[in-house]
Amino acid sequence: MRAIVWGCRGSLAAPGPETVAFGGNTSCIQLELSDGTPVVLDAGTGIRMLGVELARLPRRPIHIVLTHLHLDHLEGLGFFVPLWEPGLEIHVWGPASPVETLEERISRYLSPPLFPVQLSEVPSKLVLHDLPDEEFTLGSARIRAEPVSHRGPTVGLRITEHGRTLAYIPDHEPYLGAGPAGVEPEWLSGYSLAEGATVLMHDAQYFEHEYPNHVGWGHSSVDHAVSFARACEVRRLVLFHHDPMHSDDQLRALETRARALWGPNGHEPTLAFEGMKLALDTEVEAHSPA
Amino acid sequence: MLHKSLPLILAREFAANIATAVSVWDERGRLVYFNEPAERIVGRPYAEVGELEPAEWTKLFSVERLDGTPVLLEEMPVGIAHLEKHPAHDMLAFTDMFGRRHEVEVTAFPLLGRAEELLGVVAVYWELGVR
Repeated sequence: MRAIVWGCRGSLAAPGPETVAFGGNTSCIQLELSDGTPVVLDAGTGIRMLGVELARLPRRPIHIVLTHLHLDHLEGLGFFVPLWEPGLEIHVWGPASPVETLEERISRYLSPPLFPVQLSEVPSKLVLHDLPDEEFTLGSARIRAEPVSHRGPTVGLRITEHGRTLAYIPDHEPYLGAGPAGVEPEWLSGYSLAEGATVLMHDAQYFEHEYPNHVGWGHSSVDHAVSFARACEVRRLVLFHHDPMHSDDQLRALETRARALWGPNGHEPTLAFEGMKLALDTEVEAHSPA
Repeated sequence: MLHKSLPLILAREFAANIATAVSVWDERGRLVYFNEPAERIVGRPYAEVGELEPAEWTKLFSVERLDGTPVLLEEMPVGIAHLEKHPAHDMLAFTDMFGRRHEVEVTAFPLLGRAEELLGVVAVYWELGVR
């Protein structure tokens, strides 16, 4: 399994000269599975260029798994080239809501006045699924989705193939209402998703000094992300969901802070960047963006 | 180790951060948390007690109606919320392990998942007086 980052910015796309190293596109991860099944995690603005790439490949069903429906994880869907290919089978998986179907909720965005075309006009064969409570199979991978602490119905994902596991929890505030000290694993949001993962991609939107003004917004500070990864005993931590107000220089400082908090043992944390490739079956690449 | 569902995790954090007495029960009826204000009613801190099966927590204190008549577990707000999956309110007297009698108003409500499955119960206590 290989994961390729097409967008790792949080909240709002942030293009510009100050964000070129880590990238300004919002959440989107491409999973390359051993059986070739195309799986996409989240449909932020990063999915636009991924769609161009996938459109060059032979046609086959595509699976898009949404962790939640906040705009930074959904806003690219209408610009995903395969969506406009007549008859192409596209499966969209998303967290269930107790009151509305996934189609009704996605249609709130993909309809006027927010979008010129209605979801019902999409020519591809779109199949919408509520994410099941139980583990399920996509291609050669097993996927488990569980609710995590973030506003609104939101899941984190645990994707396993050939004994290697990617935990993807892009929007998460695991220590809401409590500091990291003394939280038992069984009471820790997201623990069962990330426990022992080969790679954990996790929210680290804020520096520690920024977090107090954002408590309850559903995101983590860098120290909370490191504490969570430590508690879950993951092999490698990849920090994700970069604040749109953080420049490349600030993000480098955040990465330095994460490494200081992590300490000398094991793989040091890295920040996700557009174009990052994580080969879970072999050695995980750890280089920094240019 | 049984990982707790997110609603239970959030219920515990909610309880841990308010000054009103609150207890949290899981879907099996296990007492999985009570906060510091509730320690007054139980008579012991949660850190000492830990998670308790129904057969264990019923030994922590005795419960009766304010007039002293007995009340069955399934008649208590927590029992109703757990067994019937709807909220309930009552006035009860708890006698803790030190013999102190706490007269309290209790409201209990179920935590339901999207398929109406029971995820747990939260009970809130307002103390009327101690004798």
